Amino acid sequence: MIGIIDYGMGNLRSVERALEAGGARLKRIVSATDLADTSALVLPGVGAFMQAVNNLKSQGLWDALREEIRGGKPLLGLCLGLQLLFEASEEFGYGQGLGILPGTVRRLPEDVAVPHIGWNQVFPCMADPLFQGIPEGSYFYFLHSYAAQASDFSHVAALCRYGCHAFPAVVRRNSIVAAQFHPEKSQQIGLRFLANFVRSVEKGQE
Amino acid sequence: MISKQLEICALPQEGPTTGSDRMYTIMNTRAAAVWGILDDPKPEPGAVRKQKKGTMLAKRIIPCLDVNRGRVVKGINFLDLADAGDPVACALRYDQEGADELFFLDITASVEFRPVFLELIRAVAEQMFIPFAVGGGVRTLEDIRALLLAGADKVSINTAAVKDPELISQAAERFGSSDITVAIDAKRRPAGGWEVYLYGGRTPCDLDAVEWAVEAARRGAGEILLTSMDRDGTRDGYDLELTRAVSRAVSIPVIASGGCGQLPHLYDALTAGEASAVLAASIFHYQQHTIAEAKSYLAERGVPIRLCPPPDAHGKKTGHD
Repeated sequence: MIGIIDYGMGNLRSVERALEAGGARLKRIVSATDLADTSALVLPGVGAFMQAVNNLKSQGLWDALREEIRGGKPLLGLCLGLQLLFEASEEFGYGQGLGILPGTVRRLPEDVAVPHIGWNQVFPCMADPLFQGIPEGSYFYFLHSYAAQASDFSHVAALCRYGCHAFPAVVRRNSIVAAQFHPEKSQQIGLRFLANFVRSVEKGQE
Repeated sequence: MISKQLEICALPQEGPTTGSDRMYTIMNTRAAAVWGILDDPKPEPGAVRKQKKGTMLAKRIIPCLDVNRGRVVKGINFLDLADAGDPVACALRYDQEGADELFFLDITASVEFRPVFLELIRAVAEQMFIPFAVGGGVRTLEDIRALLLAGADKVSINTAAVKDPELISQAAERFGSSDITVAIDAKRRPAGGWEVYLYGGRTPCDLDAVEWAVEAARRGAGEILLTSMDRDGTRDGYDLELTRAVSRAVSIPVIASGGCGQLPHLYDALTAGEASAVLAASIFHYQQHTIAEAKSYLAERGVPIRLCPPPDAHGKKTGHD
């Protein structure tokens, strides 16, 4: 069973529906005790970084999540869920992240329109099971003002270009993977991406 | 606006097969990690092939559903409403046809119809795998919250934002700029310029549309939905002058609205009008054109567009053909 972290950061329905369309059996995780019978986790989220951190902490999920990740449980972060995996964010001051990936979340540069809203192309940098059957340069839906700067470029699994810059669209470290875009809002291509995650997780269980 | 001029090279299509392709991928990955400028090597066959396509944000095609008491309607110059169908069915059709986004406007939003509308938003949210925005009668932060909880991805505010611009700032801070669209209904002034109208285009408010757009962006609006009242429902084409004036004045995306009657109008708004997205109702509702037709028309003319997937990838037929 895949657990979706429910910590009050946005509507989870669309993520749930999209994962179910990919064949996932789901449960919502509101406290650490819910984590027990899950084989993988999804950390979605829209909104402010610090609010997300506070909510995770007050629900007792902060340390529990780090524990699960250290134990090797696969996790898929989406949008804010990607940003939370890094060491810190400069959104509204300086907030500490989960620190699973080295790097910092920073506001997109001045010379491009922020927020970055709309459909943009994603280019894989390495062969990743999540991109199986997804053509290079496929459009995904983005909606964000901050993005990650990864200290270790080998964690960048796919990139997106915006203005004259590129930033990580998908990051991966072992079984931890995260997307800056919203696959649940990216129609067939996004559904394919999520279905690939569901399948990769199930494969790992065998 | 920098992105419009930029021609960026691309990674090799079939993965890193040769030594130089591999180097190229590594350099670009390194660049992406720190948001560097992508490396543009000497044009190799693969790179040249893809350079032409461009890699900027796709221009968005957004069908608009004007909803009145739970039905989709379409008026002319904001009046004379005609029935155009069931909102959930329309939404589903557009989602599968390849629309980039949907816009729901509750055009007769009043207290007693609001619950009907929220119920509708929930029903639509259950069907969609693309983003959708909702507007009409949004007055308070609580209204915005209720619509977001019902499943809307963005909420547009119009009259209430003019009455109290602080609402934009508060909403942007609380829900994030990207969730907040400011809708502007503008009408040409005889002496030049455009005036903002309130209450669904009923009341002029002596505010310059371009100045108001700048103010809304400064306060944290994530995008502007710009409707020309002179053109709305006329099918004579968007007000390109208005669209361009606002697009140049703000750095946030501008959605052109009002007047689309044929495919070249979409092209004009996205090129001469410099809009980031186009909103259209009647050309899609009455099946004069499908979204796919509109998209291939634009793509053939070099507009960056997210092309619709081939029908066989759907697994289901979109109907109506």
